[in-house]
Amino acid sequence: MKIDKNTINKIARLSRIKLDDKESEDYIKDLNSILDWVEQLNEVNTENVEPLSNISSSILPKREDVSKDTNSSEEILENAPDKLEGFFAVPKVVE
Amino acid sequence: MSKSSLKQTLKDLDTKKISIRELNQDYLKRIKENENLNVFIHFSEDNVLKQIDNLENDNSAKKLKGIPIAIKDLFCTKSMPTTAASKILENFNPTYESFVTQKLLDEGSIFVGKTNLDEFAMGSATNTSFFGNTINPLSKENKPLAPGGSSGGSAAAVAADLCLGATGTDTGGSIRQPASFCGVVGIKPTYGLCSRWGIAAFASSLDQAGIFSHNVEDASILLQSIVGFDQRDSTSAKVDIPNYFENLDDDLNGKTVGIPKEYSIDGTPMEISQIWEDAIKVLEKKGVKIKNISLPHTKYALPTYYIIAPAEASSNLARYDGVKYGFRSEEIDSLDEMYENTRAQGFGREVKRRILIGTYVLSAGYYDAYYLKAQKVRKLIADDFNKAFKECDFIVTPTAPSAAFPLNEKQNDPIKMYLNDVFTVPASLAGLPGISIPFGKDKNNLPLGIQILGKHFDEQQVFNAAVSLERSYE
Repeated sequence: MKIDKNTINKIARLSRIKLDDKESEDYIKDLNSILDWVEQLNEVNTENVEPLSNISSSILPKREDVSKDTNSSEEILENAPDKLEGFFAVPKVVE
Repeated sequence: MSKSSLKQTLKDLDTKKISIRELNQDYLKRIKENENLNVFIHFSEDNVLKQIDNLENDNSAKKLKGIPIAIKDLFCTKSMPTTAASKILENFNPTYESFVTQKLLDEGSIFVGKTNLDEFAMGSATNTSFFGNTINPLSKENKPLAPGGSSGGSAAAVAADLCLGATGTDTGGSIRQPASFCGVVGIKPTYGLCSRWGIAAFASSLDQAGIFSHNVEDASILLQSIVGFDQRDSTSAKVDIPNYFENLDDDLNGKTVGIPKEYSIDGTPMEISQIWEDAIKVLEKKGVKIKNISLPHTKYALPTYYIIAPAEASSNLARYDGVKYGFRSEEIDSLDEMYENTRAQGFGREVKRRILIGTYVLSAGYYDAYYLKAQKVRKLIADDFNKAFKECDFIVTPTAPSAAFPLNEKQNDPIKMYLNDVFTVPASLAGLPGISIPFGKDKNNLPLGIQILGKHFDEQQVFNAAVSLERSYE
């Protein structure tokens, strides 16, 4: 078994998702079966194969390196769950 | 009024046989009659009427003036909320317009509403939406069927004739598979042809916008209106784009079609093998040379996809943290608690599953074994296609391994659900354009789809083969 209780807790923490015990158990089961299934990739010989990260066959064009001031802070804050004096507000971080 | 094509409607509007108001009121009526299908996450009659008013006072010539279009709720729209079918974006009102929807607005189209989808486009049945299932309009009484997914709402909107076309996005089959399930046309163009700017990101190396329509001609007109270079998407392609509709040519004489032997898989229903054979026979009659090809790494496409897509998703969805927009949990004793509770309560089960698996395959010690390995196999899959396209002009396969299945079937087994995308995922990994067209029915009279794949940026060939098959089927 690749994923145990400790591993799922670690991944959940890295993902910033709180899981209750029931969920943890379900995900341990799901993730192990998915990982067992993707294991079949080990059958493929990938020696000397370059990893493919960009599939586009077109040449990615450059743009001019100029700044644009859209002055849109009000717009950006429109959807904020909490804001204060032109900033996003979050729970206190430092005591 | 029976199902009218976009092409015919444009003519009727032009010759004043029908007005923009009459046309859209007809669609509004049907939308209201079909509320039980749960096609739309957002629909406002007032909003549609306002758009009609504005267009009636607009004297400029526009290519899609007055045409009712449905928008997958993954595209940011200024005039309507955008949820990605997730609780975490339940009250999100974009302050900007996506590239694709802006193009459609510039052409004068009317947005009838935002369509349902799997949460963040993760799913194959439109059953992971926070806003409930969409029901396939072809369902028989008391036996609701899934519309496919993730763009199930858009496919259903076209199938139920609630619009003349709809936008979708396709990461591993999310346009082609629901098109097949709902008996409509769905095209995913080449990766990079449409700007992804303003589309909620799922897996950025795979995501691409596309179109649903009643027929291939309409798809060629609508795709034309959403393509183009955009410097705000760094993978947006700067390529010459032909006029797809004007160049449509159903004469395939002298062309070569590739038939990949790896797409004959165990357990595929007879009827699907049968329509595949039928399509090949039709092409042969049209003077197309049949070439048996091999795409040897096909069977590894799904496991490759289910490493790469969740890995990218785990990174893309990190932005939903309850700080800048969207839902924030009430339990926020500390910053970390706020993140963890917001994401626990805001995301649904499938999305969490993919974030967790993506985080695992990218985590220290596992990156090489999973993610890097998958990227290497992806290279081999892309190379398979490159080799195959040296010997053929386009490839024909079935779109999906089954017709529409009952709602909620396969819900509890992720891998079974993933297998729906077995015929669509390989082309997604290779970034190729693909279309699904209705071609035949199964024993329950449900539509089945044929998929046509082309070379990078050769949408014209894909459309030509599609229109040729469509015309011979009608």
